[in-house]
Amino acid sequence: MAEFWQQVVAGLASGGIYASLALALVLIYRSTGVINFAQGEMATFATYLAWTFMHHGFSFWPAFFLTLVCAFAGGVAIERVVVRPVENRPVLTVVLVTIGLLVLINGLTSSIWGGAVRKFPSPFSTRPIHVAGVAFSIQDIGIIGVSLAAVLVLGAFFRFTKLGLALRAAAVNPGASRLVGVRVSWMLALGWGLASALGAVSGMMVAPVVFLDPNMMQGILLYAFAAAVLGGLDSPLGAVVGGLTLGVLLNLLGTYVSTLGGEMRLVAGLAVILAVLIVRPSGLLGKAAVRRV
Amino acid sequence: MSRPRHALRAAGVAALVVVAAVLPSFISDYHALEWATVGTYFIALLGLNVLTGYSGQISLGHGAFMAVGGYTSAILMAHHGVRDLWTIPLAGLVAGGAGLLFGLPALRLSGLYLALATFAVAVAFPALVKKFEHFTGGSMGLILNLPKAPGGLHLSSNDWLYYLSWGIGFALLGLGALVSRGRIGRSFRAIRDSEVAAASSGVSPAFYKTLAFGISAFYAGIGGSLVAIETAYVNPQTFPITLSLFLVVGVAVGGLGSLVGCIFGAALIEFLPTVAPDIARHAPSAIRDQVTPSVIQGLILVLVMLILPGGVAGLARLLENRALGPRFER
Repeated sequence: MAEFWQQVVAGLASGGIYASLALALVLIYRSTGVINFAQGEMATFATYLAWTFMHHGFSFWPAFFLTLVCAFAGGVAIERVVVRPVENRPVLTVVLVTIGLLVLINGLTSSIWGGAVRKFPSPFSTRPIHVAGVAFSIQDIGIIGVSLAAVLVLGAFFRFTKLGLALRAAAVNPGASRLVGVRVSWMLALGWGLASALGAVSGMMVAPVVFLDPNMMQGILLYAFAAAVLGGLDSPLGAVVGGLTLGVLLNLLGTYVSTLGGEMRLVAGLAVILAVLIVRPSGLLGKAAVRRV
Repeated sequence: MSRPRHALRAAGVAALVVVAAVLPSFISDYHALEWATVGTYFIALLGLNVLTGYSGQISLGHGAFMAVGGYTSAILMAHHGVRDLWTIPLAGLVAGGAGLLFGLPALRLSGLYLALATFAVAVAFPALVKKFEHFTGGSMGLILNLPKAPGGLHLSSNDWLYYLSWGIGFALLGLGALVSRGRIGRSFRAIRDSEVAAASSGVSPAFYKTLAFGISAFYAGIGGSLVAIETAYVNPQTFPITLSLFLVVGVAVGGLGSLVGCIFGAALIEFLPTVAPDIARHAPSAIRDQVTPSVIQGLILVLVMLILPGGVAGLARLLENRALGPRFER
């Protein structure tokens, strides 16, 4: 039983990472109706920035927050420059633009920092602590804590501030929001900025575990997609629930079903996406899309 | 279509065929191999264009269908001693079957969701290949016999590969043009433009969307099979996730809904990595090191989408309309 709980906690740790990246995807999907395929690469780029700050003598937490600011500014800039001009074009055009960003940012990351795998310092020790005969790693608990804190701060921002209200309004009904004085197009840019910062959190949390390399987030992005789809693409709470569920589920499957270990986790993630899309396309907590034709 | 326009296009395609036929006599053996690779991309792009340009479905995982074709050929050649030429149609059929199967769940998905599901396929596929190590050789891959021209033909092996891929490429271009002009192509376009309208006119979206996936995967499988034959080696890295993305770049640059435009897309995919250093040389020295093939590729995709959503073919159509006067779309 001890092993079981150990694996659940480890699963929650990876789930927290999936959840924050999934929430970033949901934020952008809700505000601009786009799935941002470049989300993972943006997170990787931000993580390399953090690495550079630390390389120049910053300690972890100052570098962490500095990176969040940079990621936020980068997200806003990308929305303004690249996404805004294609806002009202067909889905395919917008998807292709984010694919272009994926290729572009991935290329930039490799050319600036090189393709070599680097160690990324962890703010938490990997020492285990023992609770009731079960060994938990401090790092896992730290990752869960940071991811959930980021999600809670963001949730509070949306729930309790005027700007958060404006953001939600702009996503739900752009026309009416504009009438009451919300600057809708800047709200969209703000949404991209927040998503980018949230993605950076997931990048900096996962990097100590999987090591830093330019393709680090490609697999994670697949799990984040699976988490977002599982929870419902338009539901922020769903993304968090989906992320944690998926993390635990994949970890337990990997431990107890020997064929699903290692890289086969990716296939399991794919299976989750396909199964959810076929059985319940709106996800666990999403609203089914109703369309008048 | 008006007569001068028709004649112009027919002449254009004929010129392309002639250029393709004599090209190997003017270029080195090494360049012939490069152009043979362009031919394989061309075939895969034709398939992707049928899916995306005509039936309006997005696939970010066509590299996986190429991989199905490539591995089919490789397994047949390595484990069963089948001659390379005969594995090509089989590879197409197996990949096409996989496409039909994947088309079934894809029916319920549209737009973004489909993009997402196909992206997941492309990311997860290498793991599947490594899992079935017994057949696929795992990460080590399979080593195949070097390609050789059949007995009667006096061609170097690279020239042979060139004629093989472009011969098949032009045949499939013709087939694609026939399909897209006939009843099937009309149905694809009807579904792309409005699924509801198509269904109410008696065109079954389910049937034609699945069919589009099947046809397009058939093309990709043949392209993948030729890749395997040309490189005489397959491993999971032969068909990486970036290949799927580059195919999308190629289709967009060539022009959605234009089959001939795929040639430009294919040439872009193959030659951009070699041309990129030359482009970088003209860049300001501060950013010179950052101008790598994938950076340029990403930039091109973003810029084409922002400025010229019709790609090269869209530009050609624009110039044609300038010269011959505007025309009404059917």
